[in-house]
Amino acid sequence: MMDIFVDGLSWLLLAGGGFFVLVGGVGVIRMPDLYTRIHAASVTETLGTMLILVGLMLHSGWDLSTFKLLAILVFLLFTGPVSSYALGNTALLGGLKPELDSQDPSKEGRDL
Amino acid sequence: MIALIGLITLTLVAVAAIATVMATNLFVASMWFGIFSLLMASNFFILDAADVALTEAAVGAGVSTVLFMGALALTGEKEAIRSRVSWFPMAVLGVLALALFVATFQQPMLGDPMAPVHQHVAPWYLEQTPHLINIPNVVTAILASFRGYDTLGEVIVIFTAGIGVLSVLSFKPKRRQTISSEALAAKVRGVQHHSILRVVGKLVIPLLMLFALVVQFHGKYTPGGGFSAGALFAAAVMLYGILEGADRSAKAMPEKVMLRLAAFGATLYTSVGLVCMLLGGAFLDYNVLWPDPVVGQYFGILLVEFGVGLTVATVLVMIFNAFANRPTY
Repeated sequence: MMDIFVDGLSWLLLAGGGFFVLVGGVGVIRMPDLYTRIHAASVTETLGTMLILVGLMLHSGWDLSTFKLLAILVFLLFTGPVSSYALGNTALLGGLKPELDSQDPSKEGRDL
Repeated sequence: MIALIGLITLTLVAVAAIATVMATNLFVASMWFGIFSLLMASNFFILDAADVALTEAAVGAGVSTVLFMGALALTGEKEAIRSRVSWFPMAVLGVLALALFVATFQQPMLGDPMAPVHQHVAPWYLEQTPHLINIPNVVTAILASFRGYDTLGEVIVIFTAGIGVLSVLSFKPKRRQTISSEALAAKVRGVQHHSILRVVGKLVIPLLMLFALVVQFHGKYTPGGGFSAGALFAAAVMLYGILEGADRSAKAMPEKVMLRLAAFGATLYTSVGLVCMLLGGAFLDYNVLWPDPVVGQYFGILLVEFGVGLTVATVLVMIFNAFANRPTY
């Protein structure tokens, strides 16, 4: 009974992670400018990978690989958002303006 | 399923390669090249070559991208536009590509047990490693013991390459410097205005160094060894240089010391071989190092791998420091 529960939960998490990765991929393609694209990609990076890794942890059972996956998870939680921040900040400092509603895209152009 | 994933990563490798060539902005091209290396690393991992994958990820995606950045900071990021198409190189490349394409049909299938590579010395290595050396990672056994001569050659090549890059970069033109390296470093000082990057980076650096040591000294049991450990250690120093300013990384890892350590690594490797000769064995025949040949192999591999790691790490650190601290003319 417990096995089926853990297995089902793990599959649920893996499917959820896969869904968010897919959503992130669609977002990167569909979003209008760099900043919204970073936002879409960072959803993949944090939520998607987190769900997948936790799902894998449940799947692998209680052994050394659980700790390895946990270490990867912690590492990604530290570095993922930071790299998104670095990318966004560098783009802003480099002079890339976000595309805002108030701007008229036909006048301003996309990559200012 | 694994074949499907392999197909996808290989297709992406081709895409990344074409994008690298097509990109006219060199910064973009070097980013694509990093992606290419990362994809190659995952491809190696699919082929069960975890040692190669680790090295490719550390060197290809990490270290060489940073070195490209350093070189671009010296040259500029726009590709020189050429209007004339030179037909002779194009023709040579076309013929070569055609020959390679035809040759792929002659190759044995992936994983075919009758392929020559699986019939030659590989079965002997797999069979004899447990008896002769008794370590689980056969790759380390082949790299450091069975084919120790080749690895010695590689270490010497890396050392020579480091010396070559240093001598090219230390060339000083007659013109006055527009900005000296010290002034530039004091002005920029890494990414000091990014507190988040610095705090998280400083968390990562010790972990990276620890991981490098694990890869170095645990390489007999798990994937890894001197080459990947050296690259990882150098990556940690490069991260420090990027975060805190290259002048500080050059001060922490001074060129004089690095040069001597690089020479020491290569010398350590060679002298292990010479000690084997003095003890009555052949060059790099570790069996004679200890009464029990298996223990002798253990010590020999440990020392040799340490020499490899030392040389690789110090040469990469030297090259990074030389690039990042070169004054602009």
